[in-house]
Amino acid sequence: MIEPGLRRIVESIMNPTSIANDVVLRAKDCDIYYGAYRAVRDVSVDIPQHKVTAFIGPSGCGKSTVLRCFNRLNDLIEVFHLKGKMTYHGQDLYAADVDPVEVRRRIGMVFQKPNPFPKTIYDNIAYGPRISNYQGDMDELVETSLRRAALWDEVKDKLQESGFSLSGGQQQRLCIARTIAVQPEVVLMDEPCSALDPISTLKVEELMKELIQDYTIIIVTHNMQQATRVADYTAFFNAEVVEGAGGKVGYLAEFDETQKIFSDPVQPETRDYVTGRFG
Amino acid sequence: MTVGIPSPPPSSRSRSATEKELDRLFEGTALTFALFILLLLVAIGLLVLVQAWPAVKEYGLSFLWTSAWNPVEGRQAFGVLPMVYGTLLTSALSLLIAVPLGLGTALFLSENFIPLKIRTVLVFLVELLAAIPSVVYGLWGIFVLIPALKWCFGLFGVSFTGPSILAASLVLSVMILPIITAISRDSLAALPPELRQGSYGLGATRWGTIFRVLIPAAISGIVGGVMLALGRAMGETMAVTMLVGNANTISSSLLQPGNTIASLLANQFAEAKGIQVAALMYAAFILVILTLIVNILADWIVRKLQAKYD
Repeated sequence: MIEPGLRRIVESIMNPTSIANDVVLRAKDCDIYYGAYRAVRDVSVDIPQHKVTAFIGPSGCGKSTVLRCFNRLNDLIEVFHLKGKMTYHGQDLYAADVDPVEVRRRIGMVFQKPNPFPKTIYDNIAYGPRISNYQGDMDELVETSLRRAALWDEVKDKLQESGFSLSGGQQQRLCIARTIAVQPEVVLMDEPCSALDPISTLKVEELMKELIQDYTIIIVTHNMQQATRVADYTAFFNAEVVEGAGGKVGYLAEFDETQKIFSDPVQPETRDYVTGRFG
Repeated sequence: MTVGIPSPPPSSRSRSATEKELDRLFEGTALTFALFILLLLVAIGLLVLVQAWPAVKEYGLSFLWTSAWNPVEGRQAFGVLPMVYGTLLTSALSLLIAVPLGLGTALFLSENFIPLKIRTVLVFLVELLAAIPSVVYGLWGIFVLIPALKWCFGLFGVSFTGPSILAASLVLSVMILPIITAISRDSLAALPPELRQGSYGLGATRWGTIFRVLIPAAISGIVGGVMLALGRAMGETMAVTMLVGNANTISSSLLQPGNTIASLLANQFAEAKGIQVAALMYAAFILVILTLIVNILADWIVRKLQAKYD
């Protein structure tokens, strides 16, 4: 008879993905197809609440694809379909009665390229709340969102100017502010800093650390230093060429605490990647 | 601080004199062509004005607000008001019909409601609509549209003679539909996909995305297309002549015949002489001015909208 506490520890050693206790998003044995082509296989990952989880891996390994599955943005691609189960607080995201619009309101997304709408800064932030019929004080919400995105001081005097008048880094923070204005629970970030200079990158990273108190963040990044700086957990994706499959197939190679992934990974391929031997 | 010696360019080959000469030559050629267009436009305008001069002297600006059009010798009187009214009314009506229809078609063809293959065919069909000669539209109006309208109005006991402002406007709307559709679709399709994803990512519906993000973002292209269509509607001659009834009167009923400037010119030029030619030229000049005003207005609107969104 083993003590329950000890058993949990043993289990967590045996199965590292069960470390997290509050799982927000869970992928179980997910395969992602574009038509007949299987782009990603065997993804099982638990995203813990109020933590930053990083997806790293070489190009074309399906990190962004998996990320987009979490808020059903891949639905926009006609030939896309998912096999396996993705759940959000236990609710199947791909169940027939689930409204993707509802999913996206709870699971927001920040894109690789800053993509403000061709509207004023104010309207960029107000857009999301307006479409979801926000009843409260819009001015206040805009201010809080911009403050949280550490952009308020830079734009407070020009809220009625176009979102395009901002610099790239400011635009990206505007997009983050826009996303948190709808008050989602999870924020997905698809290489949010890849188009930004180092100073803007640092600002966005600091921002993520701030946001983590209220949100759960998943970030796809090519920058391993970034993963070590911001992420609590890291998932390493890899890709392999499959004969006759018409291309590379991505898969989840390893998922663990960031520190473990970078200092003492289980898989040799992970070690090779994080030490810069390929990728 | 000393200025370092710049490192030599990666290729030591310098541009030869002939190459530079060719560049200049190309620039000059392009400039000539551009000036030629400008000259052509000025020449046409001047020529029309010169020919219209006798009428301008005779009738002055009152030409614009008198309704008499009498070419009979000895009792000549010319006023273009009914035709200006007819031109503006038919154009406005056709826009009223074609803008929602064209924009709706453009949205349908730029969204993924149906598979791409069928969409491609539909886009081609819409563009084919623009290739139909206007005389064919006129014939279609006479043999299909007017009988159909007669039947329709007959159901309500309304007498409908046939050629009328309404018939002309309806055919005009079909004629300008492909312009509005093609240009709107192009400007919608040219929007960066990130915009659409950004909106969906915030939990917007397709409906909300279209009306709050996509249309505002493409508005300058859409307005540009509408204005181009308006220009076409105002200047359209053949089909309108066949359907408008060519009555130089102002009638408040759309079911009554009317006339447009372009139609007036097409009808009367062959037999006109003397001051009537001048009067027709004056009318033509007014049409040119009207189109010019529309174009300037369009440009102004597009600028205004762009300033708001860029």
